[in-house]
Amino acid sequence: MPAPAAAPSPVEAAPPSAESMRDRFVRVASDLLDSDERTAVVLAVITAAAFEDAARRHPHRVIDVGIREQLLVGAGAGLALAGMRPIVHTFASFLVERPFEQLKLDFQHQGVGGVLVSANASYDWPQGGFTHMSPGDVALLDTLDGWNVHVPGHPEEAEALLRRAVAGEGREYVRLSEQANRAPLPVADGRLLTLREGGPDAPVVIAVGPMLDPTAAAVAELHATLLYAATVRPFDAAGLRAAVGPRATADVVLVEPYLAGTSTARVAEALHDVPHRVLALGVPRAELRRYGTRQEHDRAHGLDAAGLRQRIGAFTPGARG
Amino acid sequence: MTVTAHDPSPTPPNGTPAAPFGYDDLPALTARMTGADKHTPSSDSLTDALWVLYDQVLRVDPARPDAEDRDRFLLSRGHGPMSYYAVLAAKGFIDPGVLDGFGTFDSPLGHHPDRTLVPGVEISSGSLGHGLPLGVGTALGLRARGLHAPRVWVMVGDAELDEGSNHEALEFAGAYGLDSLHLVVVDNASTTWGDSRSRAERIAAAGWSLAEADGRDHADLRRACALPHPGRPHAVVARVEPKHPR
Repeated sequence: MPAPAAAPSPVEAAPPSAESMRDRFVRVASDLLDSDERTAVVLAVITAAAFEDAARRHPHRVIDVGIREQLLVGAGAGLALAGMRPIVHTFASFLVERPFEQLKLDFQHQGVGGVLVSANASYDWPQGGFTHMSPGDVALLDTLDGWNVHVPGHPEEAEALLRRAVAGEGREYVRLSEQANRAPLPVADGRLLTLREGGPDAPVVIAVGPMLDPTAAAVAELHATLLYAATVRPFDAAGLRAAVGPRATADVVLVEPYLAGTSTARVAEALHDVPHRVLALGVPRAELRRYGTRQEHDRAHGLDAAGLRQRIGAFTPGARG
Repeated sequence: MTVTAHDPSPTPPNGTPAAPFGYDDLPALTARMTGADKHTPSSDSLTDALWVLYDQVLRVDPARPDAEDRDRFLLSRGHGPMSYYAVLAAKGFIDPGVLDGFGTFDSPLGHHPDRTLVPGVEISSGSLGHGLPLGVGTALGLRARGLHAPRVWVMVGDAELDEGSNHEALEFAGAYGLDSLHLVVVDNASTTWGDSRSRAERIAAAGWSLAEADGRDHADLRRACALPHPGRPHAVVARVEPKHPR
């Protein structure tokens, strides 16, 4: 039997006309290298080929350290110690999970800032299997202090959030995905966006990043308030409280593209004095141990529109229109 | 040995005021700290290399601890930092009075140093294997900013090189030719599963300039630190008495 063709990378697998968030990241980061002398891009082979032009223009500010992720993060933090604004990039599993202590000590404990940009987060490349999945990245960062977490749902949003992150001084995590919504939203202020008001008794549904399109389809027939978050840390507690308004009790549905329940505690903190129920939807802990396509994984996790509709409907039977 | 010697004199520290204390004062300064007895022997293994660096090699100024053009000294092996604090006090970076509170709730001086609490401390350390990657990034950052004068010095213990993160940094820095980066390995033969000879050979094989020195001999340490190393990072293996006499 002939060997199968090499599996396409997620970028190559995207429709040729569509610019992925990762493509946009390369374009925006290259532009920032041109315009802001304190920026540096640190890579560990992943995506390095796409930065070749920028590296030729800025040989001292585009650094590929090789397949060395502890060094990737440590050197990124060292650049920050020297007064630079590092943009550190690789797949989420090798950016957050493998060098986790470097995030904790080399950035946070040193008291320096930087911008982490991941790709291939939850199951962008199902054919790659669990070694290349990192549904727990946001939950891991939640154990640390002062990391802002951005989960854009569209390349336009990725650009806006990335530019804002690089312009600041803080510790930022920008989680890029191959999955995107059809249209971008104005997300640069980091607040929850209210897309639909569902009335005083309606459940409040929060869709995060690329979960918006399937969530919007799932609740189209429900009386529900629909909120959209592309920045999840800091969590916009005031925005959620405003959406809950004067309700005596609240039903909240979280739809997150990473580990289910990651933001449940933030909802509880925001609504600490409001009796409420939470349905937290996202990627389950259990390994699926399947390859295939993103769409098949959406379905298996109940994160496609049909799965979301069924589970949200069961949670809020009174909301049916 | 992979070094060539033609100018062994280090650049003298610029603008550093006369040290309020000398090398002979270090035991008394160290004695003001109590409570980290477990780390006392290894702390002592660093004393002479620390002193020579601060007294004769590093271009740092306690009056300007954040000066952009300062050399950066990153103590990676942050266990047992009493001799480090003693040297910082001797050189005027910290008031010797704070040594008395070592490890107490209100003291800036813990059993592992915190850069946000102590002037002149470049990195918070304690977990082994973080200093050299941070040093690589610092050297890259200074270079990217066009600051070519400052040099970066990282100090590790020989057993610290058991941590794989160091080898990521050693390989990269050697191949990259990161010549503003310097490494002092204080070797008290405390590594587990390995020996210092193979370690030194590996550093040289990664493309570093390598010098060995008697870690108790100040003139020898100064010589080894001052060796020129154009185009390559430079490592000094400073041998001291074994932690576990054989």
